[in-house]
Amino acid sequence: MQQAARSTIKAAATNDEAIVQVRGIDKTYGDIEALRNVDLEFSRGKLTTLLGPSGCGKTTLLKIIAGLVPATAGEIRVNGRVVTGPGPERAFVFQDFALMPWATVMRNVAFGLELRGVNAAERKRIATHYIEEVGLVGFEDKYPHELSGGMRQRVGIARAFSVNADVLLLDEPFSAVDEQNRRKFQEDLLRLVDLEKKTFIFVTHSIEEAVYVSDRIVLLSPRPGRISQIIDPKIDRSASPDDIRRDPGYLNTVEEIWDGLRHYVD
Amino acid sequence: MSSSLKLIDVTGADKAPVNIGQALGRLFEKVPALWTLASLALLFGAWEIAGLVPISIAFPTFTSTVAAFVEMVLDGTMGHAYFLTLQPLLLGVAVSAVLGIVLGILMGLSLKAEWLLAPVFIVLQAAPMAALVPLVTFIYGIGLTAKTLAVIMLALPVIVLNSYKAVRHVNPSLVAMCRSFQGTRLQQIMKIIIPDASPVIFAGLRLGIAAGFIGVMLAELLITPTGVGDLITYHRSIANYAHMYAAVASIIVVSTVTLAALQWFEIRFLRPEKRKR
Amino acid sequence: MTIFGFRVPMMASLIVWAILWEIVGRLDLIFLIPPMSSIIETGVHLVQTNSWQNASIITLRSFAIGMALAIGIGVPLGILMGRFKAVDNLMGLWVNMFVSAPLSALVPVLMILFGLGETTVVVTVFLFAVWIIVLDARAGVMQVPPSLIEMGRSYGANGWVLFSKIILLSALPEILAGIRIGLIRGVKGVVIGQILVSIVGYGELFELFSRSFEMESFWALTIILFAAAMLLSALIETFEKRIEYYAGAR
Repeated sequence: MQQAARSTIKAAATNDEAIVQVRGIDKTYGDIEALRNVDLEFSRGKLTTLLGPSGCGKTTLLKIIAGLVPATAGEIRVNGRVVTGPGPERAFVFQDFALMPWATVMRNVAFGLELRGVNAAERKRIATHYIEEVGLVGFEDKYPHELSGGMRQRVGIARAFSVNADVLLLDEPFSAVDEQNRRKFQEDLLRLVDLEKKTFIFVTHSIEEAVYVSDRIVLLSPRPGRISQIIDPKIDRSASPDDIRRDPGYLNTVEEIWDGLRHYVD
Repeated sequence: MSSSLKLIDVTGADKAPVNIGQALGRLFEKVPALWTLASLALLFGAWEIAGLVPISIAFPTFTSTVAAFVEMVLDGTMGHAYFLTLQPLLLGVAVSAVLGIVLGILMGLSLKAEWLLAPVFIVLQAAPMAALVPLVTFIYGIGLTAKTLAVIMLALPVIVLNSYKAVRHVNPSLVAMCRSFQGTRLQQIMKIIIPDASPVIFAGLRLGIAAGFIGVMLAELLITPTGVGDLITYHRSIANYAHMYAAVASIIVVSTVTLAALQWFEIRFLRPEKRKR
Repeated sequence: MTIFGFRVPMMASLIVWAILWEIVGRLDLIFLIPPMSSIIETGVHLVQTNSWQNASIITLRSFAIGMALAIGIGVPLGILMGRFKAVDNLMGLWVNMFVSAPLSALVPVLMILFGLGETTVVVTVFLFAVWIIVLDARAGVMQVPPSLIEMGRSYGANGWVLFSKIILLSALPEILAGIRIGLIRGVKGVVIGQILVSIVGYGELFELFSRSFEMESFWALTIILFAAAMLLSALIETFEKRIEYYAGAR
């Protein structure tokens, strides 16, 4: 028996140690129903991906969890407390990087700390650590326009790490990055997940990316967005990146998800 | 052997007759300043020829205009005129800048302020405010206040509207970023909205200064015969056309240089991301 | 106030200002500000007078001729600058200079060259409007996506066809934007020209009203002028939106 050829499919998501709980979330924009009755739990220390075709409300759900967008109905709990807005236990990584063009890499990375009133020396110490961790040593005094798309998103990730949140929310962080850098990024992300022991909630529309990085994949169906399937890929993460991508478990999971999504396309 | 020789011959023959146009083109490409020189020469040359013809008795040559300019600089009349003209201009622009940026940002941040003020400034910007310049003399006579007010009337609307639009078009993703890191509203305004809006605000400031120059000249020609405007009117009245043209040309040059200097200052000191390293 | 739409309810605040004006006018604080109601009343009479109608015709004529010249010369020049580097290099400096120069200072020169009459006003309108038209036409031509030109070439278009069917049409939104700003500047030009010349059109009327302290007439004329300027820019904006409808896909 192939050790990783199985994927477990569950009807509902439950876990003993849920750090983020999504309860009956509805979201409507005017007449458009973006999300309908979403119930989900995200386990501590795991990377969970929200995956679905465009228009399935995955980014909306992430922004509701972040407290950036109010839900029409339902509630979000993080560490048991109800979310009413952004909080220090969550950090967001933006699809378009959201870097301040007038600030250096150092100031951008330390911006979350700056807003909290952390003193300059401490800010610099923490930011330096995370700049090193995402591999941007030597670029501290550069401005965002001097960096490639991939490097810019590393700044965005370092900024999210530097506020020491429990939950990192990543909104299609690699979609504006070219394919080669994307792969490198995915590998780096796995390394960071391992290193930082944080909970990651990750939004993507790439099936391969989702299967490659996730402990659990939540498939959303479009219009209105609902949970259609939850998949736990059983893949040996200790293998080399190339081996993982050739792993039958990886390939089968990709195929399985595609089967689930195929009928939403056109 | 023969073929390679022929090849060399062919290329040599191609290069041999030095095409002056091509050579000149290459030279111009290497030294862009030459284009500026050619551009200046074109207008000044045309001016000189038109003055020599002359196309009108009231059209002095370029050289006589320059001579008149030098004469006025040397005898101090030019300096004195600018001393008088720049006072209301600086004062008016300073007032317009402070008031305009504050109002514009307020309109960008508050829907109520927008509703109340935006239409007024939209009308004022599209409308020919110059029509109102004669009015200020009724209240403020012909002194510095009247001139300053004329500058403000023309400069304020464009500064307000640009600041307002700048704030309205701030990158929403940056604002969301600031919120996600629990930035307060004040932090959001000071650390994100104002820095992100500042290029457009600066552009408005430049437009405002250009409008201020129009305003101060209008005031000096129309209501208060002082400064550079007086220089123009006076020399026109005694048919001293070279001096008149020199005064007109000087104010256009001064305004252009001022605007260029402001842009240089902005890029050099305020916008690190636009600077080339 | 911004629940329905955007523009219409926002402009409603002008009514608030008009009422405020009326109150200030009624209080008789300064003779400069007569009540809005009497201004409107005077305005209704004013538009029936011969002097206003004549002045309007002269003003419109100067404006139309000046604008026609500005568009007729500005657009081709801008296109030339966009297509030919040499023209751009030679003219760029002057166009950029004059687009923000205090042209009001130039009007006295025009007055001695073209006389104290309509011609000076026409030239003033032209000078106020032409530079921005040139700059926007130039920008429009330069922004034509290279892929669009390559597409045209690959289907065998070149020379005139390529220019008229692809480059010109692709640059149209920018050209129109330039003409819109040019028209607004032209209105300012016609007013500044007439006020400085002060013996033609609205300039003469403004001079007359302010000399004889007829504030109601002065404000009525101003409001008519402002309304006309706003109407003009609103009209072009609607026209422009139609053009942008297809330009949006670029």
